[in-house]
Amino acid sequence: MSEDVQLSHVCVDFGAFRAVDDVDLTIRAGEFFSFLGPSGCGKTTILRMISGFIEPTSGEIKIGGQNMRGIGPNKRPTALIFQNLALFPLMTVWENIAFGLEVRGVSKDKRKARAEELLRVVDLVGSGDKRISQLSGGQKQRVAIARALAVEPKVMLLDEPLSALDLKLRQHMRSELRAIQKRTDVTFVYITHDQGEALAMSDRVAVMSAGVLQQVGTPADIYNQPANGFVASFVGENNRVPGKVVGLENGMARFHTPAGLFLARLGPGIQVGSTAKLYVRPENARLTDAVEGDNNVPLRISEVAFEGSFINIHGHDAGGHAHIVQMRNDRDASVPAVGDQRGLTFSPEHAVVLADAGARP
Amino acid sequence: MTALVQRYGGALTGIIIALTAFWLLAMVILPNLILLEFSFRPYIPVDQMGGPNDHYTLANYATFFTSPIHLQIFGLTVFYSSVVTLICLVLAYPLAYFLAKVSTPRNAGTWFLLLLIPLWVSEVLRSFAWSIILAYQGPLNAALHGLGLIDKGIRWRTGFNGVLIGLVYTYVLFMVFPIYNAIQSLDTNQIEAAQDLGAPLWRIHWRVVIPHAKPGIGSGCIMVFMLSAGSILVPSILGSTTSRWFTEIIQQWFFESVDWNTGSAYAFLLLVLCTVFVSLMMRMLNVRLVDIAR
Amino acid sequence: MRPFSLGRLIITAYMVLFIVYLLAPLVVMGGAAVNNSRFPSIYPWVGLTGRWFGELWSDQQMWRALLNTVLVAVAVVVLSVPIGTAAALLINSVQSRMRSTLYGLMVAPILTPGAVIGISTILFWNKLSVPAGLHLSVLGQSSFISAYAMLLVLARLQSLDASLEEAALDLGASHAQVMRRIVVPHLYPAFGAAAVIAFFQSVENFNVTLFTGGNSSTLTVYVFSQVRAGITPKINALALIMVLITVVGVILYEVKRRQSERRLKVEQEDTLEDDVIEGLGLPQLTSPA
Repeated sequence: MSEDVQLSHVCVDFGAFRAVDDVDLTIRAGEFFSFLGPSGCGKTTILRMISGFIEPTSGEIKIGGQNMRGIGPNKRPTALIFQNLALFPLMTVWENIAFGLEVRGVSKDKRKARAEELLRVVDLVGSGDKRISQLSGGQKQRVAIARALAVEPKVMLLDEPLSALDLKLRQHMRSELRAIQKRTDVTFVYITHDQGEALAMSDRVAVMSAGVLQQVGTPADIYNQPANGFVASFVGENNRVPGKVVGLENGMARFHTPAGLFLARLGPGIQVGSTAKLYVRPENARLTDAVEGDNNVPLRISEVAFEGSFINIHGHDAGGHAHIVQMRNDRDASVPAVGDQRGLTFSPEHAVVLADAGARP
Repeated sequence: MTALVQRYGGALTGIIIALTAFWLLAMVILPNLILLEFSFRPYIPVDQMGGPNDHYTLANYATFFTSPIHLQIFGLTVFYSSVVTLICLVLAYPLAYFLAKVSTPRNAGTWFLLLLIPLWVSEVLRSFAWSIILAYQGPLNAALHGLGLIDKGIRWRTGFNGVLIGLVYTYVLFMVFPIYNAIQSLDTNQIEAAQDLGAPLWRIHWRVVIPHAKPGIGSGCIMVFMLSAGSILVPSILGSTTSRWFTEIIQQWFFESVDWNTGSAYAFLLLVLCTVFVSLMMRMLNVRLVDIAR
Repeated sequence: MRPFSLGRLIITAYMVLFIVYLLAPLVVMGGAAVNNSRFPSIYPWVGLTGRWFGELWSDQQMWRALLNTVLVAVAVVVLSVPIGTAAALLINSVQSRMRSTLYGLMVAPILTPGAVIGISTILFWNKLSVPAGLHLSVLGQSSFISAYAMLLVLARLQSLDASLEEAALDLGASHAQVMRRIVVPHLYPAFGAAAVIAFFQSVENFNVTLFTGGNSSTLTVYVFSQVRAGITPKINALALIMVLITVVGVILYEVKRRQSERRLKVEQEDTLEDDVIEGLGLPQLTSPA
């Protein structure tokens, strides 16, 4: 039913601009795979390349082992769900869903029957004769999914299809998409700039920046073991302290910074002598009354933001850099006041020293 | 071109290009080149064609530049076409503003329909209508006399008067629509902001509306000038014994003298005139080709 | 509603006066059609008559000219709508530099005086040994009418979301199927508008036809020769018929517009409104180049 998608050393140039730079990865059959990155990072180009609207400048794309070069979008076993959904406004709902069958010459009766079936799958029974303009945003979403499923694609490609929905509906559609993917067992390739979406839905996530693949891994890997500074800052929040690795201690890095000496895990590719940054997530940082010593960034508290189940404490260090410490909203927590002096501290295994985003990691 | 093939496939691209090429080559570019070529050939009897006398010459253009009468007619045509353009602009601007910003969109639709009625009636009939109205014994003089405004009839169709009246009536709408389009795209808040800041009416128009409407004004002027200078019907129906229009001279060369070569030279001069006017307007008023004839 | 203001009153009065100015000549011309005077005028009023209509009816020349006009207009529609569509598809897909050159070439015929178009057309086809006649009028008229068709189709084409074409391709449609199922249905309103504009542009055309038509004449050329030669009110009869047809057409259009506006309110569909506004914008393109 579903197939692998293999990208081998794929590059795309638009004139002098390199939109995708040597991307090499395999999306496994039946997997929910997301490309995550800021706009302009090349993720949409990758999607359009898999669907056949763009040919790679170099490298090759294989779907189910078959090289796709020279095969047009109408001949590929993929179905794309567009960011704006691209439903045909002059056709009814069922005509939209059955369009892929119509162009394959399937008879009208069979088309209609299949459309009914798919309307059931996406929970829109009875809406077949409606016009597209009569549907709500979420219903349109489902019609687009049904239309793509109708051609029984091996690979489903989704280009930020949830971005136009409001927050509540978006969260609902997340789980629905995930359920449809598991039920149909089709390979899903999902493009998004929303880390929450990527982490919540995907089996694996690829983080991209400036056309370069930064890290591929499970959502937990990406969040807990970021491969470099870009991933650490783009996915979730992180406090950063620049400095230099001056030595090793029990496999941990001794990291020297203007604020003192720190102990943290050694990130990939980091050696003694490397200039790098130390990253620690707000939820792993604590405040202490002590304002000196190892693993301590002295802060002046600038803002206390009450977020409900937790409290974000914002502060600035001596160099003026902003930091955040996240506290659980415990009754007995001692919440500092704006203007107080505190130290930001953490246990060494919760912090990691990482290089900035590599051009080619 | 690759974008086209990617979008529509090879076969459709072929048809698209073939149709467009036929249009642009056989109906636009080549005929105009032939016109140019013809204008540089001598007017000679058929049996001498291809003979020793059949060589390129400037004689046809020399005919124009050495004829004070033709030069004068050309100059008057340019002058009166400009006058028509100016009158149309003055008449049309308040109308365009009214339609775009004063009346409600719903009413504007009705106003437009009323405005459009004369456009669907052909130019020849509209000129004819004015020839009836302006006649010495005609209804206009009768009405004015009946109202006691005049003692004896006025000769309306002296000099270029008739032609001016006819051209303004026939082409004023070509000034209204582009200006309307331009003003309509102006955010009404800008006008209200200017009012709010205490700007007087004329200044709002001078500093806010007119600068915004410039491309529309430009394309309106281009259309009206080109149509006026190129009009054949209005000058021949509403002209007087002393009004001669450049197109009438072109007609003469073609139909009376049957000298197509000199006629071509004159037609080419008309084309040059219009091209010069178009580029002048485009430069002066910042009009882009995309704005014209929208 | 905005409060009453003197400026508003003045400008509305000006608008009304202008409409009177536009329509009065047509009334005079129509009036002359039923005046029992040998000369086409409403003054002096001699008496009501229908005889000019009778004369018009029995004028063989008029009927031939009318037939020619319709034939030419239909041919112009058949030629210029496909050409305009092809040109619009082309220009919509080419890139910036080439695009502005092509666009300039395509709108140039609109800015060319009709006499020049007529003369260059006849010279070109004479060179290829094609004699003057209505077929050349068709080609000459189509050279600038195609430009109007191109502009109309292009405007509509630009409102077609390119992702719809891609979506259809992605679902397996061939290029021809995309054209037939997605592009062409979207362009239907523009085809209709372009056909109407092309038809009336052709009917009204004088300048191009004068030079290309040879011995055959269309209605405008016939009217012109009648107006110049004899003074007979049967032309007024023709004019009155044309004005009445226009007015009836306008009223029908207005009624339809009001209806669809009402339907619009009920359905709350914004797409229809676009069509109405687009439809209104169309006649501004008519120019007797």
